[in-house]
Amino acid sequence: MPFIPHTSSEVESMLQTIGVKNIDDLFNEIPDNVPVANFQAIERSLTEMEMVQRLAERAKQDELASCFLGAGSYDHHIPAAVWDLATRGEFLTAYTPYQAEASQGTLQLLYEFQTMMASLAGLDVANASVYDGGSGLGEAILMAVRCNRNARNRKIVIGGAVNPFYVQTANTLVRNQGIELVQIPHENGVFDPKQCTVHDPNVVVVQQPNFFGLLENVDAITNWAANRNAMVIAVVNPLTLAVLKPPGEWDEAGADICVGDGQPLGVPMASGGPSFGFLCSKMKHVRQMPGRIVGRTIDANGDTGYTLTLQAREQHIRRAKATSNICTNQGLLVTAATIYMSIMGVSGLRNTASRCYENTQYLVAQLEATGRAQRAFNSPYFHECVLRCAGNVAALTKSMITDHGILAGYPLGELDESLDDCLLLCATEKRTHDEIDHFVELFNHILEEG
Amino acid sequence: MSETPQELHYTNTHEWARLDPDGTVCVGISDFAQDALGDVVFIELPDTGTEVAAGAEVAVIESVKAASDIYSPVSGEIIRVNDQLTDAPDLVNSEPYDGGWIFVVQPFSDNPNSDLLTAEQYQEFCETNSNEH
Repeated sequence: MPFIPHTSSEVESMLQTIGVKNIDDLFNEIPDNVPVANFQAIERSLTEMEMVQRLAERAKQDELASCFLGAGSYDHHIPAAVWDLATRGEFLTAYTPYQAEASQGTLQLLYEFQTMMASLAGLDVANASVYDGGSGLGEAILMAVRCNRNARNRKIVIGGAVNPFYVQTANTLVRNQGIELVQIPHENGVFDPKQCTVHDPNVVVVQQPNFFGLLENVDAITNWAANRNAMVIAVVNPLTLAVLKPPGEWDEAGADICVGDGQPLGVPMASGGPSFGFLCSKMKHVRQMPGRIVGRTIDANGDTGYTLTLQAREQHIRRAKATSNICTNQGLLVTAATIYMSIMGVSGLRNTASRCYENTQYLVAQLEATGRAQRAFNSPYFHECVLRCAGNVAALTKSMITDHGILAGYPLGELDESLDDCLLLCATEKRTHDEIDHFVELFNHILEEG
Repeated sequence: MSETPQELHYTNTHEWARLDPDGTVCVGISDFAQDALGDVVFIELPDTGTEVAAGAEVAVIESVKAASDIYSPVSGEIIRVNDQLTDAPDLVNSEPYDGGWIFVVQPFSDNPNSDLLTAEQYQEFCETNSNEH
């Protein structure tokens, strides 16, 4: 059912005014060889009852006995108050409102979110969020290249085990702008600048903890980059910032930009999405920062008020020369994350992060004790770890999910043949020792049967 | 009515250019332009030593309502920038032709002003285009 309010005579008169016979003529410039969607193939509309049934069926696929999968999305406890409050009518929108200043509550929430993220990252400013971790990395790279315009080249060093899905997404965003991502292979799981083939990179991207869950020597890497006048982009898991050194304090200079995915902060895994990204930076780079930024000011009566600021470089004003095509933010998920962080507080985040660390240590120790798994890399790890398994990893994960409803981690062979017998495992604060023991027992049993 | 000093040259992108006795060209934006932009809050200055062609984007000027490019009126090398604008970008509003200068170019050509507009031509240009800046 089309929602077009114009009458056919109005349409006719508009077409005449611009000198076109019919509406289809407006699209003549689209080449004939562009594939055409087959709208006939879309099935008929469902009734409300059928739709609810189908979605309930699909939602069931998310019901797991337990989850040992991380690789970018993590199974954390979300206090009931988070989504109870976030879904109140006053908050329930995915979008920044037009005439934003009329929604002071929304702007104040975004301002608090920015303050929390900047303080976690140890950096001066944060924006009101970006789409997700992967596109956030793309935006961070574009931003860094704008900041470092005197650099001799547009080579971006991807240091070792940066989330490969983020790199793929970022590459889609930057590759047509003359920016080259140079992936430096990891050395025993981590980034070793000595192995870097690019001697004068424009930007260095490092992830902490990295995709394998390992801790990078971020001080040495930041120092190495600073000595080459390269910008440093830190890709981080926000939860881990409660216990790890914030990027703003890496070495003397600190990272320039910090970016990551906010899913661990109160957003359910939900089969992999939706999620939100965050982007923080040093104050000196703020004018190259993409997206919405909320500032605190005073109104005509001298009272505190909130307003969108630094908009002059956004798409709706600067058009083709805008800092980014992002003119919005992930309003609803950011609302949930802000409530999550306020409920948890610093000590709550720290306890959660510590419990994740301890549970993963326990999981790894128990798995190694079976004699059928061994850590693939020696560096310290946070709440994820790569284990080399004696047996068929793909068959193991398949059996775990189909027979026992357990997500048994990420089989790394999908990304790298040399890691064909490796599993990336994570035990969040939600995994009890009983659950872990049960998982280890099944693990042992399945691999024993071969 | 905005001021358009007679002794300066202008571009149709609203820069002014002043040929100084030492052969360098000082560049800023016109009174008309600063008025249209509104309160200037930031200027991204070019780096000295950069070689630019006439018409090339050199700096970005940001007001509360827009961010616009500033183009070099002449080809040459940027030899000085107005660092004062970092802390006081509003000089562009209050003194567009004095304290609000933006950069100085050492031109490659001996007759750098030949393609530029005179004050009269620029005034006329502003009057005919005053609805679309």
